[in-house]
Amino acid sequence: MASEHIVKSYDDELKHLKALLSRMGGLVEAQIADAMDAVGRRDSELARRTVDNDAKIDTLEREVDASVVRMLALRQPMAVDLRSILAALKISSDLERIGDYATNAAKRAIALNQMPAARPAGSVPRMGRLVQSIVKDVLDAYVDGDADKAVAVWRRDEEVDELYNSLFRELLTYMMEDPRNITPCTHLLFMAKNIERMGDHATNVAETVYFQVRGQPLKAERPKGDSTSFTVINPDAKSGQDSKSGQGV
Amino acid sequence: MIDGNAGDGHDMNGREKVAARNLSFFYNGHRALNRISLPIYERRVTAIIGPSGCGKSTLLRVLNRIYDLYPNQRAEGEVLLDGADILSPRQDVNLLRAKVGMVFQKPTPFPMTIYDNIAFGMRLYERLPRAEMDERVESALRRAALWDEVKDKLGAGGLDLSGGQQQRLCIARTIALKPEVILLDEPCSALDPISTAKIEELIDELKSDYTIAIVTHNMQQAARTSNFTAFMYLGELIEFDRTDTIFTNPREKRTQDYITGRFG
Repeated sequence: MASEHIVKSYDDELKHLKALLSRMGGLVEAQIADAMDAVGRRDSELARRTVDNDAKIDTLEREVDASVVRMLALRQPMAVDLRSILAALKISSDLERIGDYATNAAKRAIALNQMPAARPAGSVPRMGRLVQSIVKDVLDAYVDGDADKAVAVWRRDEEVDELYNSLFRELLTYMMEDPRNITPCTHLLFMAKNIERMGDHATNVAETVYFQVRGQPLKAERPKGDSTSFTVINPDAKSGQDSKSGQGV
Repeated sequence: MIDGNAGDGHDMNGREKVAARNLSFFYNGHRALNRISLPIYERRVTAIIGPSGCGKSTLLRVLNRIYDLYPNQRAEGEVLLDGADILSPRQDVNLLRAKVGMVFQKPTPFPMTIYDNIAFGMRLYERLPRAEMDERVESALRRAALWDEVKDKLGAGGLDLSGGQQQRLCIARTIALKPEVILLDEPCSALDPISTAKIEELIDELKSDYTIAIVTHNMQQAARTSNFTAFMYLGELIEFDRTDTIFTNPREKRTQDYITGRFG
């Protein structure tokens, strides 16, 4: 960030806003980790705590909203200040969504844990950990005001999409093999979709960070990796499908 | 909102009504402007901002050669009005000031009636029959959004009006001469927010017919009213760009520091 304002309390408010977002980011990372552990370790108690913790993120989001409205009204920010205050507003809403997806995954973990372990259950936490590291990196880019790092994170969403595509095929294959897999695999599929959406919100954050720093929108074409909307799996050809086996629990 | 700036299709290729070229200005040997080159586009509002002493008011004072009234002041370079250099000794300054009107920081009505405040300038240039004069006075007052407030007391003294009304009276006086360019030097700094809003609405209204340059210390005012903004510092033009660019993503660090309140 540029040098300090003449009015010191303005700097304090900007720092406070940034601190709120850092706290929110830390909580969101922890929520993803806990939701994934709840799936991986079949820990319903942890899953319940994760669901309860979401309220903290929502509270922080409201605090960010109030702080932004106040600053817009009272400070009438310009240029880099305006961009960083708007960025805080947008990023907090992306983080809040990511938190909701983590909560949703945790709820499904509770349902999943009431059934026998499904084989592909290991792939979901793996995907979750990837997204968690992306969220961490994008928050680092935000805290450091590093547009290059934001671009690097932005490109990594492709990895998430690829993992999601293969998981999608894998889960469909299990469901075709044995109808008893349908319930757990459907939960896992929704979880995978939740995680994939988290990745999309993380790329939104990367774009916002880039705009905050550079004052220009991030223009390059991002590789869109999620092709599941077009995926058809033919039951007769399933043996030929790529199904790197999930490390069953 | 920036809508007013972005929506009207201007670009940097608009017609330059006024153009400063390598303009320097000296008084008592002190250099107040240093080789300024700045376009003022036709039927657009150009705001000039910068800290006190940066030369913004000086620049405005050169554009209609008000500085001629004072000794030991000298301009170098060119100021083109429709392509002709107004700094040329052959320039008729009275004609120039009719074409390039000016409104000052403090309202400066003449100590005469509201009607005569408007009519006074016109009488210097043309002899109009009474009916036509009445019409021109009314039209100028309407244009300055003052008519409804004063139509029943045109014989009252101009100095009896409120500050905001006095300032609109001065704008009406300027408009009555049918200028092409209007220079506003901090026109709202002595006004309350309501009067300020009325003047800003007026500026917005007037830009469809006039080319306007406004000097202001109020950054929000520059942002609200102008299409283009020039940032000056220590007698130099640091940055000139579309207003929305200046206030969201200026190129120069000094511009950014100034508009965000970081200037030391």
